[in-house]
Amino acid sequence: MSYLTLTGIQKQFGTTYAVHEFNLSAEKGEFVSFLGPSGCGKTTTLRMIAGFEQPTAGTISIGGTDITHRPPNRRNVGMVFQSYALFPNMTVADNIGFGLRVRKRPKDAIHKRVDELLGLINLPDKGGRYPYQLSGGQQQRVALARALAIEPDVLLLDEPLSALDAKIRVALRKEIRSIQRQFGITTVYVTHDQEEALSLSDRVVVMSEGRIEQIGPPPDIYNFPATPFVASFVGTLNLLAAQVIDGATARLNLEGQEIRGSKPGAATGDRVTVAIRPETVEVGEAGGSNRLTGTIEDVSFLGSIVRTRVRIGNEASLSFDQFNDPGLAAGVVGDSIALSFPPEATLVLAGEANAGDALEQAIAES
Amino acid sequence: MTGTPGGLSTGSAASVSTRGSAASVLTRGTQRPAATKPRRGPASFVWWIVFIIGLLYFFLPLLGTFAFSMRSEPLFSAYAVVVDDPQFGQTLFYSFLVGIITIVVSTILIVPTAFWVRLRLPRLRPYIEFITLLPFVIPPIILVFGLIRSYSGDPFPLAGSDLGSNVLLIAAYVVLSFPYMYRAVDTGLRSIDVRSLTEASQSLGAGWITVLVRVIFPNLRVSLLSGAFLTLAIVVGEFTIATFLARPAFGPYIELIGGNRAYEPAAVSLISFGLTWIAMGLLGLIGRQSRQKIQIAGAH
Repeated sequence: MSYLTLTGIQKQFGTTYAVHEFNLSAEKGEFVSFLGPSGCGKTTTLRMIAGFEQPTAGTISIGGTDITHRPPNRRNVGMVFQSYALFPNMTVADNIGFGLRVRKRPKDAIHKRVDELLGLINLPDKGGRYPYQLSGGQQQRVALARALAIEPDVLLLDEPLSALDAKIRVALRKEIRSIQRQFGITTVYVTHDQEEALSLSDRVVVMSEGRIEQIGPPPDIYNFPATPFVASFVGTLNLLAAQVIDGATARLNLEGQEIRGSKPGAATGDRVTVAIRPETVEVGEAGGSNRLTGTIEDVSFLGSIVRTRVRIGNEASLSFDQFNDPGLAAGVVGDSIALSFPPEATLVLAGEANAGDALEQAIAES
Repeated sequence: MTGTPGGLSTGSAASVSTRGSAASVLTRGTQRPAATKPRRGPASFVWWIVFIIGLLYFFLPLLGTFAFSMRSEPLFSAYAVVVDDPQFGQTLFYSFLVGIITIVVSTILIVPTAFWVRLRLPRLRPYIEFITLLPFVIPPIILVFGLIRSYSGDPFPLAGSDLGSNVLLIAAYVVLSFPYMYRAVDTGLRSIDVRSLTEASQSLGAGWITVLVRVIFPNLRVSLLSGAFLTLAIVVGEFTIATFLARPAFGPYIELIGGNRAYEPAAVSLISFGLTWIAMGLLGLIGRQSRQKIQIAGAH
C-alpha cells in the first residue's frame, strides 16, 4: 500500500516548468532515489515534499493524510542537507536533541534518545563537541542522527554525500542504507550520482527537464532503459546510428555490417539509434551472434578494467571493456579487431544518433 | 621587496650569502636569503614610522587633554570636581541606559528584517541597505526637528512629556544605529548558511520565532556585538538630538560643563572615554564565550 504519494505534482516558476506531472507512490519503508542532471527538478520535488516549496498543482500525502498545504514544521519529515546545516552554536548532542526540545519532550527522554543515536552513528563520545570540531563525514552522520531523532514519517536526503571525498562517500552510503533498513523508514534520496542511486535504492526515478523519464528497480533502469535519455545518463553506453533492414526480425545495418536488435518493432528503412553497453561486448566470437569488425582507435587503462575504442566503418565508434588481469593482451592502436555481443544487449532506440548523442555519451563516460 | 641597500643583485647562485657574511649581504645583496631569513629593510622601517604616527595621532590629543586637566590646583582637583558632581553620574547613567535600550530595540528590528530580506526578499537588499544608510546623509538636526514637529501634537503628542521625549530620543537613536547594526547583522548572516539552517530547524518542527531565537540570534552574537559597540559609542557622546529633546544626557552635560568651567571638561572627556572603553570591554567579555564556540560556521 502506498505510503508517500505524489499526485500530478507541478511546479512552475514564471512560464517555465521546474517539475511537470510528477506521480509517485512509495511504500512504507521503501528507499526511492531521484536521479538526474542538475536542473532536472529532483531537488525541487524533494523540497515540495519537505514543504519548503509549494507545488503549483497536485497533491502530496503521507500515510493517507494530505500535507500539500501544511507548513514544513508540521509535516514530521526529516531532512538531511548537502551542506550538513548543523547549528554551529550547539554541541553535537544539542543538535541531535533540537527537534525533541522543540517538541518539549522531557529532558531524560531527550538525553536517552540522543545517547542512543550517538551510538548508532558510531560517535558515542563526541556529544560535547561542536560541529566545526568534526570532519565532514562525522558532521553528516550527526545531521542524519538529528533528522532521525524526531522519528520522522519520511526521511529526505538532498545529495548528502556530494561534499565528501570518495572513500567516505562509499562508507557512509552503506551506513545510510543499513540505518534506513533498521528503522524501516520511507526514504527519498536525491542524487546526480548514478552509482549512488543504483546501489542504494529499491527504486530509482530518473528525471530530466522536470519530467520523469523512468521509474523502476535499479537493474531495470540499467538493463532496460526506457528512453534514450535514461540510456545515455545511466551507465556508459555506446550510441550508434543504424538503419533498419527488416523491422519484423530486427535486422539492422550498422556501417555496412549486419546485426540484430533486441526486439522487433521499428519500421523497415527507419534510421534508429543502437545502444550497446561496453561490458556486453567481447573480443572474438564468444560474445554472441552479433559480429562487428573495426580498427582499434584508443586503449585506456582504468584500473580494474581496460576500455578499448574501436572505429566501425567511417562514422561509428564502439567502446568495450575487458577485466584487467596480468595475462590480458590489450589491443594495439591501428590493429583490426573482431567483436561480438548478444542481440539481447543491442537496444534499439527511436531516432538517429547524432552529434548531441555523441556528446551525451562523452558526458556519461567522463 | 628585497629592501637591501645597494642591492644590485648579481643573481647568481654563487652569491648566496650565509649568516656569517653580513658584509657581503650588504654589498652584493642577493635576493635569495630573503626567502629564508626575515629582513628588516627600509620597507619595514617605513611601516614602523606609519605605526608610530598612527599612535601619536591617537594618543597625543588624549595626552594633551590629560596635561591640560592637570593644570588645575591641587592636582587631580578637576577629576574630583567632576566625580563629585551628581549630574555627571546621572547623565552618564542615563546615556548608557538609553544606549542599551537603543541596542535592544535596534536588534529586535534589524535582525528579523535582515533575516527575512536574505531569506525571502533578496531583491530588496539594495533598497534596504540604502534606507539604512540614510542617517549618514540626513543630519541629526533635521531628524530631531522632524520628530518634534511630527510628535508635538495629536495624534501622538509625545514631545510634551518626559516619557514621550525619552521614547522619541530612543527612536531617533535607533535610526542612527541602523547603518552600523544592519551592516554588522547582514555580514553575520552572510557568514552562515541562513537558508539551510532555517530549513533544517523548520523540518525539525521549529516555528519562525524558535528559528530566530534559538538558531539565528545565537549565531549572530559576534556581529551583533560589533554593531552594539559602535551604537553605544555614538549614543553616549550624542549631543544634537538630546539637546533639542531636552534630555538629561551626557552629550549636553559635557557641553554645559565646557561652557562654564576651564579644566573640568577635559577631565569629563577622559573619564567618559575610559568608561566607554570599559563598557565595550564588558560587552566583549560577554561575547567572548560565544565567539569561541562559533568560530567557523559549520555549514559550508
